[in-house]
Amino acid sequence: MKTAERSFSTISGVPVDPVYGPDDLSALDPTRDVPAPGEFPYTRGIHRDMYRGKLWTMRQFSGFATPEETNRRYHYLLSQGQTGLSVAFDLPTLMGYDAGHPLAEGEVGKCGASVCSLEDMEILFRGIPLGDVTVSMTINSPASVLWAMYLAVAEQQGVDWSRLSGTLQNDILKEYIAQKEYIFPPRPSMRLVTDSIEFGARHTPRFNPISISGYHIREAGSTAVQELAFTLRDGVEYVDWALERGLAIDDFAPRLSFFFNAHSDFFEEIAKYRAARKIWALLMRDRYGAKSERSAKLRFHAQTAGCSLTWQQPNNNIMRTAFQAMAAVLGGAQSLHTNSLDEAYALPSEDAVTLALRTQQVLAYETGVTNTADPLGGSYFLEKLTLDTEEAANRYIRQIDDMGGMIPAIEAGFPQTEIASASYRYQKEIEAGERIIVGVNRFQSGDHPPELLQIDESAGQHQEQKLAALRQRRNQAQVQKTLDALQRAAESPTENTMPYLLDAVRAYATLGEICDSLRKVFGAYQETAHL
Amino acid sequence: MAPPIRVLVAKPGLDGHDRGAKIIARALRDAGMEVIYTGLRQTPEMIVNAALQEDVQFIGLSILSGAHNAIVPRILDLLREKDMMDVKLVIGGTIPDQDAESLKKQGVAAVFQPGASLDSIVTFIRGSAAN
Repeated sequence: MKTAERSFSTISGVPVDPVYGPDDLSALDPTRDVPAPGEFPYTRGIHRDMYRGKLWTMRQFSGFATPEETNRRYHYLLSQGQTGLSVAFDLPTLMGYDAGHPLAEGEVGKCGASVCSLEDMEILFRGIPLGDVTVSMTINSPASVLWAMYLAVAEQQGVDWSRLSGTLQNDILKEYIAQKEYIFPPRPSMRLVTDSIEFGARHTPRFNPISISGYHIREAGSTAVQELAFTLRDGVEYVDWALERGLAIDDFAPRLSFFFNAHSDFFEEIAKYRAARKIWALLMRDRYGAKSERSAKLRFHAQTAGCSLTWQQPNNNIMRTAFQAMAAVLGGAQSLHTNSLDEAYALPSEDAVTLALRTQQVLAYETGVTNTADPLGGSYFLEKLTLDTEEAANRYIRQIDDMGGMIPAIEAGFPQTEIASASYRYQKEIEAGERIIVGVNRFQSGDHPPELLQIDESAGQHQEQKLAALRQRRNQAQVQKTLDALQRAAESPTENTMPYLLDAVRAYATLGEICDSLRKVFGAYQETAHL
Repeated sequence: MAPPIRVLVAKPGLDGHDRGAKIIARALRDAGMEVIYTGLRQTPEMIVNAALQEDVQFIGLSILSGAHNAIVPRILDLLREKDMMDVKLVIGGTIPDQDAESLKKQGVAAVFQPGASLDSIVTFIRGSAAN
């Protein structure tokens, strides 16, 4: 193809010039915009020595079938050199239903581990010292319930909460925007999130009570700029609610963490992470008057793009993931998940997840990219792209401010429609052959499906049997008492629900029972579908 | 001119990943079809009732959660019970080859796996409606 016929743009559709030079950076003030790594506004990274001081945490998102099977996988991953855990829960758990609920039929253990009660959480972390291993939990609408279970397991292990380190995803806004695993309407959900941020500020100083996530926004088909802007604007919303609760900015902002996608457009992704740090630092200082350096430092986890994985020629996914992981590292990620080659098909097999972990280890120990902080800083192209990304994201942020914040924007369907349009545009480009996906619309050949992890219906039966035995064994009067107390606390908007959730899980009330108590008070949310 | 083809696009089960369902709904609409999108978390009963009410020729299900072997046979049973076997059931999503074959044997008209082009889906529906 002749160059004249091709258009050159990033994967998000931002035009790219043939070459960049000093003239492109006339708006850039090096001391203000890109000082040394570790210096405000942290465009070049939050640490002076970056990965020389500490490598990123290699944290593979993992969970399937029963807590027993997932616990075995965790022991395996830790034995292979993984440095943190990340729990995937199944859909019934994410939606606050126990195994055996009619809506859970066929879904137990399919997309993650099923956790129905404290008993399951005990099994999930059997033999894993929670004082030493950091744990991330991907759970949102019922996040505070699962967190209460986790805190109760730490108690049983004799680990003081102040020693616990890890992350609760707990980002409900992006559920309404993108992933759609919500239970309650936005405002009561925000109250639950604020309860956990407040509780965390008082009791778990090393735990991140929220991971404000762009990952799922991107997976839903957004552009890089939309991912960045909607995520940071969600962050603003959480900050506003916590301040409204009476917390001081520097008492909770240092524990806000972020989670971004690592998609295929190498430079666009690196620019996105650099712009994210800069925008957040400026928001913290200028919008909120944060004084603590730690409040202004945006820390993030990255995961390679699940939506970029192809069903066709699945081995190609190994290379896609490796390039994406390198972008995350060159962008200064604090922790990283690399997808497995078979994830366009199913949850990963043990062999596939081992290869994905090895990809991170090769990156960390063989490529040399960890030797110096922000090695691409000063590149004309990257600095220009960082500035442009920042400006475009700020435009969206102002637009949402003008709508009255993220909740009115969600209710108006604004981010949802923006994402759906971007996703449709991208798909049309692939259809038209304007965007090439190797093995899908060019260079096709026969496909060889990988050996897949099989999860059958026995996980559901096992979970139901365990629940039935638990209901026989526990003190039913105590369960009812804690559920009634929780319901009363939920009815009183000034009460923090966390202590009541802890009492309920300690009495072995199930996830479904606890969420039903909250559903009675908060109601269930139904979205208007925006095409 | 023949009346437009009517299609119900539905998301069964607990999964909320609606990127694919929304893209398909838009593409079918752009191809001149009348598309009704159910939104999320539809039970088999809700989907079949909606298909009946809306008098559609096709139901398109988007399933990414691995729950297809539980959900799809129930929808087929309901279509049989209600004497609606003239409504064709089309599935899109992460359906492994062996499951796709088994679902087709049970009465599913077509299964589109990841990477299937929008054009191939539109062409199938048009061709199938003409028969």
